[in-house]
Order: sequence, then structure tokens, then C-alpha cells
Amino acid sequence: MLLNHKLKKTLLAAGTAAALAWSSLSLAADDTIKVGVLHSLSGTMAISETTLKDTMLMLIDEQNKKGGVLGKKLEAVVVDPASNWPLFAEKARDLIEKDKVAVTFGCWASVSRKSVLPVFEEKNSLLFYPVQYEGEESSKNVFYTGAAPNQQAIPAVDYLMKDLEVKRWVLAGTDYVYPRTTNKILEAYLKSKGVDEKDIMINYTPFGHSDWQSIVADIKKFGSEGKKTAVVSTINGDANVPFYKELGNQGITAESIPVVAFSVGEEELSGIDTKPLVGHLAAWNYFMSVDTPANKEFITKWHEFIKSDKRVTNDPMEAHYLGFNLWVKAVEKAGSTDTDKVEQAMIGLEFPNLTGGTAKVLPNHHLTKPVLIGEIQENGQFEVVSKTPEVAGDAWSDFLPDSKPLVADWTGKETDGKPCGNYNTETKKCSGQKYE
Amino acid sequence: MLAKSLTRLSVALIFLFFSLSAVWAEANPIWNQASSLFKQASFDKTREAADMLSASSDPQAPVALKALLEGQLYQHKQNDSLAVLTDTAALDASNGQALSAVNKDDYRKIPVNNTLRKYLRSKLGGLSLSSDDPKVRLASATGLLETVSPEQLPQLQDLLSKETDPQVKAALQLAIQLASLNSSDKAAKLSAITALDGNLNPAVRNKLTALSTDTDPTIAKAAQSTLRNIENQVALNGQLETLFFGLSLGSVLVLAAIGLAITFGVMGVINMAHGELIMLGAYTTYFIQKLMPNYLDYSLFLAIPAAFIVSGLIGILIERTVIRHLYGRPLETLLATFGISLILQQLVRTVVSPQNVPVSNPSWMSGSLEINSVLSLTYNRLYILAFSLLVFAILYFVLRNTNLGLQVRAVSQNRAMARAMGVRSARVDALTFGLGSGIAGVAGVALSQLTNVGPNLGQSYIIDSFMVVVFGGVGNLWGTLVAGLSLGVINKFLEPWAGAVLAKILVLVFIILFIQKRPRGLFPQKGRAAGD
Repeated sequence: MLLNHKLKKTLLAAGTAAALAWSSLSLAADDTIKVGVLHSLSGTMAISETTLKDTMLMLIDEQNKKGGVLGKKLEAVVVDPASNWPLFAEKARDLIEKDKVAVTFGCWASVSRKSVLPVFEEKNSLLFYPVQYEGEESSKNVFYTGAAPNQQAIPAVDYLMKDLEVKRWVLAGTDYVYPRTTNKILEAYLKSKGVDEKDIMINYTPFGHSDWQSIVADIKKFGSEGKKTAVVSTINGDANVPFYKELGNQGITAESIPVVAFSVGEEELSGIDTKPLVGHLAAWNYFMSVDTPANKEFITKWHEFIKSDKRVTNDPMEAHYLGFNLWVKAVEKAGSTDTDKVEQAMIGLEFPNLTGGTAKVLPNHHLTKPVLIGEIQENGQFEVVSKTPEVAGDAWSDFLPDSKPLVADWTGKETDGKPCGNYNTETKKCSGQKYE
Repeated sequence: MLAKSLTRLSVALIFLFFSLSAVWAEANPIWNQASSLFKQASFDKTREAADMLSASSDPQAPVALKALLEGQLYQHKQNDSLAVLTDTAALDASNGQALSAVNKDDYRKIPVNNTLRKYLRSKLGGLSLSSDDPKVRLASATGLLETVSPEQLPQLQDLLSKETDPQVKAALQLAIQLASLNSSDKAAKLSAITALDGNLNPAVRNKLTALSTDTDPTIAKAAQSTLRNIENQVALNGQLETLFFGLSLGSVLVLAAIGLAITFGVMGVINMAHGELIMLGAYTTYFIQKLMPNYLDYSLFLAIPAAFIVSGLIGILIERTVIRHLYGRPLETLLATFGISLILQQLVRTVVSPQNVPVSNPSWMSGSLEINSVLSLTYNRLYILAFSLLVFAILYFVLRNTNLGLQVRAVSQNRAMARAMGVRSARVDALTFGLGSGIAGVAGVALSQLTNVGPNLGQSYIIDSFMVVVFGGVGNLWGTLVAGLSLGVINKFLEPWAGAVLAKILVLVFIILFIQKRPRGLFPQKGRAAGD
């Protein structure tokens, strides 16, 4: 009986507390700025995207501690598009129409970005996209805070060509839009540097490919013809471990045929046995191992927020860090969260990045970023072996004939006064995308 | 200037500080120079320091260089002293004395990159043909092949006459022949070309390819014909390699499908959670390895029975709680087990982590068996091929020669009659399902050695498993074996000219067409047991 009584009391107290909390929440709701977080928390992409959701929550939490933005608190609206591409578009619509978010941070795979793009353009809302991608796009409603191909793939190839004197190239990738476009750009780039057609081998495999025997045997054969060979890998996440294991088993070491990867980062390495990967390379704009005060602070904050000092930080997290801080600056500069005002305020803003340089927002909605090449270490971290100064992100690759004459400029300076994401400098026309 | 004098000052201070503990002060000055070079954290300076150390006569220098190569050389963040830190020991690099109370966080690892590693290895190994170690001699002889020149001929011949190790001898002979290919003497060239016939070493092929366009027609002709012979052999070896790759892919398919051959083939239950039972087996391997981190080489032997028990028990649980209520209703079974598969996946995501977990390969499963210079078979694939045949044999024995097997076959052929004969069909159902699930768990142990262990592991194998069972003929273990292996081989022979993506599509199309022609698969059940 006593227990029962106690229970009732507790329930009552809890109920009152909940009611109080609810009323204070609904009171506060008018005074908040809503920030949408659109990352998959279940399904195949959960492995990478869950971390980015947590990063956003951390950044928002931190900004609120500093007093929010424009005197208002920020409120995160987290939705789960469940690695389902059409669901991304639905959830994006919900965020903009129902939750009335001022801005959305989200997406990982290019196909999810392509799926939400029409929604953001129709509803005129802003999206910050934090992952390296294939380029060939510039929307008024999207800021691309990850790397464009000229900020990751091309410098990596340059490093192999100059420092390791690589003469033969294997371009291996998973069969979807990012590797296909990147490899097309790389192939054109290599040919422009005088690499012969027969010294380039291109290979595509399905998502999650696990039987690499014949492909690795082919690479071995291709590399045994007396010229220094390297593999440029756009192989996606899960398929990487069996790939590197097979390389190791067939006796290919990082010293004989190095592999440079664009999709293998700290987060991916934390879940695997790193022995077969040691010495292979990766190209990113950020590595957790870079020793700067800003990075150290970021890592400490992350460990505190996630309550584990084993969790790693990675490149897309830095991209969100830059994107979020630049957005805050832009809102404060514009004095409003209105999409058009913020979009114009963004261009030209600068924010120090975590590796000791400055990220500047370019008129084509990309950032300036340094390119780092790192060697994989046994502890799952990267040892930086090469670092470039900041490179300006190029939306339209200069190495593809179709996109060479295209430029993106949302200030209109280079595009005849009218802001445009795909202005053709030859025909003097802005084609296709919405630009009003 | 200021920075330099500051460094000097700090070095002096450190010197002073350490003279108190009387460890650092006695050290040879080269260690101070080395540590100040290492401190600048640039690969060029590290190389300079390595040069200096290797040139010195200090007995500790080779130890420190070896540690540097293996990533075990650390520098103290405050006092710059160098230490060799391993998991079990901490030594002062300059004098080899053990350090006490070492906190690894106070140290910074001295970074090395590939170029530096290669350089260090050449410095350390003293890669030389006159080394005492036959392995070193072999490595240096093979390293010579690409660049060998006629001037080295007398030296090589001299070495060959002294050589005792057969492998090094062969490598030296090859080097001599390659060197003669470069010589100006036409007769020597021609005899070398003839002698190289049938040699599969890539260096030979590259050399002959260059010679086949030689200005001298006799040499070009000889080179061409030898090259043709070699290429034929390479092609033959290539076919053998593809066959092995196919069998190995097939063995993985067989392993993944064989549990399903029992639950789906024998019992007729469409179990969409089969993939997750495989995944649980793989996770069991991970946990076993976590429990015995020092015995990784043996962990698999423990993981196999453990995975069988874990997946088997979960299988029995699924059968008892869900599937047994749905016998005879395949559509509901399909939906219910699909639900279970999602539950198990999300369970692993929440309880363990949404990330993949690391499962290590035991040392005996890494590397490859080299048959000749173009054909080598990887050990992990060889073991898994043998393992899948073993699992098949055991399962076949259980179903053929044991009491349980007899009852399983009786119930699956005619449930009513079996019950009338006193077989407890409910118990047999549970045990059969448990057996099938347990085998799935064992497959998980094997797959953990090949691919990622994560919540999605099962999903990538479920389709393939059903494909194999349907193609082989429902209810027939032999069918599963033959179907698995042949699908693997077909896939691998298609891959070189169709690409991995198209090969997979072609195999699926082939199976669809095949099922149209023979709806009951390769080995259909005959007679009354077929149930029609």
C-alpha cells in the first residue's frame, strides 16, 4: 500500500513537471529559430549519417549556450529519412512546410541530394550539404560545404604523379553517380597530362561488393608491367574492407601499388581491422590528427558531447562545423533568417577552418578548402604527408568538355548581372536551373 | 635566429634537467641531434636523423631505426627524449634501459611515410646479395630483375657459383639471363631468349615485349615466338586462377545457402531472417575475439561452435514463438520473418553499434600460396573452400546417418505418416530449424573473415542464398552444393569481359530463364516426396 501511495505521488510529480516543461516549451517556441537536420538514422547510410546528426545537435547546443542567434534560441528538428531516397524529399517538404525550418543541414549520398533539390528550390529554402561530391551542380538553395572534385580528386592525383611518380592508373569505383563523374573528370585530366589510354584502367563494382578476387588479380597484372601503378579509389564505404583485405592477401602492399581513397575516413576506419590498410592513402580537407588548437578544442567538445573519448571526428563533420558557423554569421549579418537575404549575406563570408586556414564562401556556393593527403596508420588515424593551400571549389569541372564553358555565380558578376548557377560563357545563356 | 637560440636554450635546459636523473646526460651527442631533428616533424628531417643514426656506430642506433620503421619510436612532448614504446615495454632509445612509469600520452609518435619506410628498410636490411640470410639474398636478387645490366654479369656469375639456396640460385640465373638480353652479343642474346622460354616472371615478359620490336629481325622473331609461348601459359594460368576464384565465390555462396537449404529446402519455411542469423554468427566471432585478444590465432576454433549455438538457439526461439504458428502459410511466414530480420538488425544497431565492428584475421589465414609468378591462391579463400566442403559433408552425414536426420526426412516427406509412426514432429521441427540456423551462424564465422561485420551483413547474402537454393532444387543438399559452386564459377568467368555489375545481372537472368524451363531446379525431388 505504501508503495502504491509513493508511486502515485511520483507519477503526479512527474506529470506536473512534464506539464510545466511542455508549457515553457510552447511559450519558447515562438522565440526560436528552427534548424532542420535531415540525416538517415536507420538503414544502410545510418553508419555515416548518425554522427552528422550528433554533430549538428552539438553545434546548435553550443550556439544556444552563447545566446543563440539574433537573440533567439535555436531549435533542432531532427527527422529520419531512413536511407530511402524518395523519403528524403518527403521529409524535406515536411521540414519546410510543417516545421517551418529556417535552414536545413543534411544529406550524404549524391542521390539523396538530387532527390531533395527540387523541394528546396520550389519552397525556396536553404540546404547545407556537407559531403565531398562529384560537382556539376550549383543551386541557389544549396551551399556545398564538402569538397568539389578539384578540391580532393585532382590534388590527390597530382600528389601521386609528382611525389610517387605514378605512371599507370587504376580508377576503381562503386557504380553510381559520384564515382562515375569523378572518374570521367580524372580520366580527362590524366589524358590532358599526357597519360596514355592504355595506362588507365577503369573498373566499376556494385554497392557492397565483397568478392574482389578477380579485380585485385587484374590490378596486380596491370601493375606488373614495369611502370609504377596506383589505384584511385572511389569505392564506397562498406566494400572497402574486403577490397583492402584482398589486396593484402594477394601480396599488394602500399609500397608496391598505393591506393588513394576518397571515401575512407576516420569514421569508416574505426569499425575495421586496419592492418591491411596501413600505408595506403586518403585525400580529404580535414584529418582528426591535424594538430591545431582549434581542432583540439573541437575534438574535446565532441568527446564531451558524445560522452565517449573513443569517438573520432571526420571531414564531413568539419564541413558541418564550417557550414553552421558561416550560416550563423550570415544570419547575423542579414539580421534575418529570410532565405534570399541569408543567401546573399553568405557569399564572401570567412570562417577559420579546423586545420589552420580560412574557409571562404565563394559566389558559386562552394568553399575554399586546403587539400590534405594522409597515410593510414594502424590506429585508424591519418599521417598527413602533403598539404596544399586553400583551393577554391569549382562547381563545373574544367576537364569535361560539356561543363568547361559553364560558370556559377550567384552574385551575377560573372554572369551578365543575373545570378546564375550554370551560365554558359560561350552562348551567354543561363540554362535550366531556377535562378530568380 | 631567435628561434634557433631558443631551441638551443631549451635543449640546454633539458640537458640540465636530465643530468639530475643522470640518464640522458651520459648519452652520445648524436641522440641530442637526432631528437632535435625528429622534433621538427618533417619527413626530410626524419630522414636526415635516420641517416645520421645509421652512420653512427652507436649500438642502440639500429634498434631505434627498427622501432622507427615499425612506428614504435616516440618522442617525449616536453623533454624531447626518445623512447621505444611497445604494448608491453618502454625503453629509452638512447641506452636501451627500461623506463618506468611511462604515460603514453606524454609522447608523440614519430611519423613515417611510405617513401621513408622503403628507405629505412633498405638502410636496415642492407639489402645485399652477400647477406647471410637467404631471404635477404632472395629479396635483393628479385629486386634486381627489373634493372639488371650486362655490366653486372661477372659479379652475378661469381655469386651464382657460391650460392647454395635453390630459390636464390633460380633468381640469380634469371637475373643473368635477363642481363644477357641487354648485352650487345647477338648469340648470347638469342640463347638467353631460348633459355627464358616458359618463364612466367613479369620482368621477363616486359623485357621480351621490348625485344619483339628489335631492329634485328632474328632477335625480334625469336623474342616473339618465346613471348607467344609465355603468353599462352599465362593465359592458361589465368583460366586456372579464374576457376579458383569461381570455386571460392561458390564456396561462400554454398556456406551462406546451406542453412537455408535445410530451413527452406527441407522444411519449406521461407525464412527472411536467415541473413541475420549469419550476421549473429559473425558478431559471435567478434565477441569471442574480444574475450581472448591474446589468442587471435585460435579464436576461430572457439567461434565456430559458439556461433552454432548462438544462432541455433535463436533459430529455435524464432521457430517456437513465431514460425510454428504459421506452418502452411508461406506468405505470412515471409512477412513475419522479414519483420524479425528488421528487429534483429535494429537490435544489433542499438545494443552493439550502428558501425561495423573489427574482426581480425588469424595470421594463418593471411597471405597466399604462390604456385608460380602469375598464379597464387590466397589462404583465406583456400581455407574457406575446404571449410564449406567440410560443413557440407557433416550436414550430409547428419541428415543421412543419424536418428535426427531420419526423423527430419520423415517429417518433411510426410508429416502425418511420421507422426503416426511416433515421431514428435513439433520437436523435430524445432531441432531442424535450429540446425539450419546454427549452420547459418557457422557461415557467419567464415564470412567475418572476408567481409564487413555490421548490422547489414545479412542483407547482402539473403538474395544470393535463396537464388542458390532455388537453382539447386528445393530439398536437395547436393543441389545446393552444385548450384552454389557453378553459380560462382559462371559469375567469375563472366566478370572479366562483362564487368562485375553486368556479370551479376546476367547470372540472375540466366537463373530466371532456367527456372522457367525447370521450375524445380537442377535436382528436383522425385516421387511421392515431391508432394504433388
